[in-house]
Amino acid sequence: MAGGAASSGSTASDTYAGARHWLLMPSWFVLLIFVAAPVAMMLVYSFLTKEFRGGVIWEFSLGAYDQFFFDRGLFGDDPPQIDWTYINIFWRSIWQAGLATVLSLLIGFPTAYFIATRPERSRALWVFVITIPYWVNLLIRTVSMKFLLRDQGPMNDFLIWTGVIDDPLRIINTNLAVQLGLFYSYLPFMVLPIYAAVERYNFTLSEAAADLYASKWATLRRVLLPAVKPGVIAGCILVFVPSLGAFLAPDLLGGARNFMIGSLIEEQFKGNAGNWPFGAAASMILLTLVLIILMVFARQQRRMGDMR
Amino acid sequence: MSARTDVKTYPGFFAITLLCMVILYAPLMVVTVYSFNASPSITVWEGLSLRWYADVFTGPESDKFKQAAFNSFSIALIAATLATAIATASATAIVRAGRFRLRLPSLGLITLPILVPEIVLAVATLIFFNSIGFTRGYMTILVAHIAFCIPFAYLPIQARMQGIENTYEQAAMDLYATKAQAFRQVLLPLMMPGIISGFLLAFIVSLDDFIITNFVKGAGVETLPTAIFGSVKQGIKPNIMAISTMLLSLSIMMVTISYFLSKWDNTK
Amino acid sequence: MTDDTQIAVDVRDAVKRYGDFTALQQISLGIRDNEFFTLLGPSGCGKTTLLRMIAGFEDVTEGAIFLYGDEIETLPPHQRPVNTVFQNYALFPHMTVLENVGFGLEMLGQSKAAARTRAAEMLELVQLSQFASRKPAQLSGGQQQRVALARALAPAPKVLLLDEPLSALDQKLRKAMQIELKHIQRETGITFIFVTHDQEEALTMSDRIAVMSAGELQQLGAPRDIYELPRNMFVADFIGDTNLLEVTVDEVTECRAACSLDGGLTLSCEAVEGVRKGAQVHLSIRPERLVLSETATGADSLRARVLENIFIGTDIATLLVLDNGSEITVRTSNSERGSKRIFDAGQMAFVTMERGAARLLRD
Repeated sequence: MAGGAASSGSTASDTYAGARHWLLMPSWFVLLIFVAAPVAMMLVYSFLTKEFRGGVIWEFSLGAYDQFFFDRGLFGDDPPQIDWTYINIFWRSIWQAGLATVLSLLIGFPTAYFIATRPERSRALWVFVITIPYWVNLLIRTVSMKFLLRDQGPMNDFLIWTGVIDDPLRIINTNLAVQLGLFYSYLPFMVLPIYAAVERYNFTLSEAAADLYASKWATLRRVLLPAVKPGVIAGCILVFVPSLGAFLAPDLLGGARNFMIGSLIEEQFKGNAGNWPFGAAASMILLTLVLIILMVFARQQRRMGDMR
Repeated sequence: MSARTDVKTYPGFFAITLLCMVILYAPLMVVTVYSFNASPSITVWEGLSLRWYADVFTGPESDKFKQAAFNSFSIALIAATLATAIATASATAIVRAGRFRLRLPSLGLITLPILVPEIVLAVATLIFFNSIGFTRGYMTILVAHIAFCIPFAYLPIQARMQGIENTYEQAAMDLYATKAQAFRQVLLPLMMPGIISGFLLAFIVSLDDFIITNFVKGAGVETLPTAIFGSVKQGIKPNIMAISTMLLSLSIMMVTISYFLSKWDNTK
Repeated sequence: MTDDTQIAVDVRDAVKRYGDFTALQQISLGIRDNEFFTLLGPSGCGKTTLLRMIAGFEDVTEGAIFLYGDEIETLPPHQRPVNTVFQNYALFPHMTVLENVGFGLEMLGQSKAAARTRAAEMLELVQLSQFASRKPAQLSGGQQQRVALARALAPAPKVLLLDEPLSALDQKLRKAMQIELKHIQRETGITFIFVTHDQEEALTMSDRIAVMSAGELQQLGAPRDIYELPRNMFVADFIGDTNLLEVTVDEVTECRAACSLDGGLTLSCEAVEGVRKGAQVHLSIRPERLVLSETATGADSLRARVLENIFIGTDIATLLVLDNGSEITVRTSNSERGSKRIFDAGQMAFVTMERGAARLLRD
């Protein structure tokens, strides 16, 4: 009986309704004070005046945002012109993160699909194998990548030894190295949601498509992909968002020419050259970008939910 | 079924999966292999040796690494324990306490540390401690870790709790157990795999963290990631590869435990 | 039974609302001591809600519930001396079978040893002693079902509540369990309240049945009364198969009513309280209480053309169409093929009701 099953087999219950506020209190306490309040404080700091040895002067100022978007000459009295320096760093970060996402998708989708179509018993093992590297310290992974890709590193040694190339490939300190690093950092985030979507996919639909004369690739494009699209989008977001604010991969693999948002922000808080309000403003801009992406994504997921 | 008739199989997907595995594992394997290199140079192979492992424990940098390891593990242990306890209580309120006005806001607050980019959270936490005049050091790292570990502990616990039908508690109460008894004797044991997974995930995330720690640590207080980063900035040395290999083995060990936990379904 | 039989569970004007949705309209019923009482109805009729209100898992929006004279609707479930056999059994997966069965006694404050002893006895009652140290997952569905029963019976509840306990079992096992449940109920003398959507199951097992639909009590009575004297369309249709004919009541005498169908056909049947002259109502006639013959055998014989015969094993169902175009089904027992004629499709036949077979429905 459907009604009875829903009421007796449900997992949401109100058994502990009486204690709900006590149960939530610790997380509210910790997260409000140490996550929400700091973010609010960061917003405040982005409107303060910088102090030259780091820190702030408690005086309202739009200087940080002004510096981000406009150039007023060396002495600050020229007419404002749009300053592309920082906008370009953001733009390059978006571009890098986007390419890393595409790379992850191109390799992650077939991998996720392949795993999801294994017999049920070996599936968990494949997922396990894919997730192991994610559990390894991100710093160690990035350092390993740097070690492997070095000009005199094992990869070049191997390729020269096999005769594929004569001179070492210069990968470190290029965009490619950053993208490989980002790909390496966040690949499981691409594979897992796609895997989950494909696993739920009803393969009778593919059979129906094949029965109606669709080729394999037509089936993939017209039937499978639309069905697993929420998983694909979730995977892309989960790779793109952390890539955008990544610090380690661009810093260790990209070198100075491949500066990304993360390094720009980090620089403002290190040593004496820092500009805290500017760092806070750049963080706010990054946070706003990410929240917009997440909101669009949430709306899209809800719309897709309605369609079902 | 042959590949020609099986609609599930796509040519080339297996090859890409293998490529994916190679990209994922090659760097880790290379570092593992080179950590056993006898040579002081990272470019030349001079045969197997454990000298760099010995160097980690007795070499010139050993004190720094020991202190960093102590900081890392003690922070991870405390942060993961507290985050797991807080997350378990929150999951009970969100999954087992009916619908209420603060339910979705609470869920949003709990997942906030995952939604906010790590570098932004790092900046915010630094600014916060600075503005309240809190001296940066061990405590600031610990507090920040507790906060951002909560969602990582929470998600597996919530997933597990949602998988347990509420009829078990109802049956317990039907059989004269009070709510507290039903929680302790029925719900909590059934939740165990989720709680342990949540703890392990929080532990690894804390151990793994570089960015936030780098921002909120005081001068002279290092964790393993910040110590390794500082060292790597001057070039990759063999002792770093030995440390990396040890940490890597630890992670693999923990993920293996968590893998078997996920297969341990004590409701069946 | 007489009026002075003790009432086990007394539901008085109970109402259950979820926000704007009324799951249970004001319902009152008395469940007698030692009775095998069934709440029967389709999905969403409110039967499970009522059961859960008695168990204490749903609060009562309005009204009251009494258990042997004590008002219980505000007590939490663990303070009510009733136990439940859940639809999916809800056996604690991390405990052994013996620990499951002993759980309630331990919660009532008995020592572990005493609880174990009693649990072992209960396992004997359901013939599962050899599985005492197993985990529930290692048992078959039927065995789990019996463990759930033993667990609920172990604390000797005043009333046992069973929420569709047999629905997950296959046909054969279900039939066997029906008989076993009935036996255990007689042996223990505990009042059983049984929820099911399966009308055959309800007819087989119950002392009395409450038929429910859309949150309302439709009819309360012994299985035979419910089957033979349905009060309304819903009950007649839900319990067993029936022919429903639209009729107009032409004449009501002391105990008979004359009715006319479309197309000038007429029938007479027993009068029912509340159905007056001129009323347009339905007439229910069970197919097994109709007889086919070559010639009219009485005033109420109706002429019909055979559409087809359907073989159903124990019976043969014959589908006919009356002169006025209404369809009617007649069931003839397979064992009486010799004495009763089977007509071929296309042939004409007369349909005659057995005496008292037609029942006027009030709505």
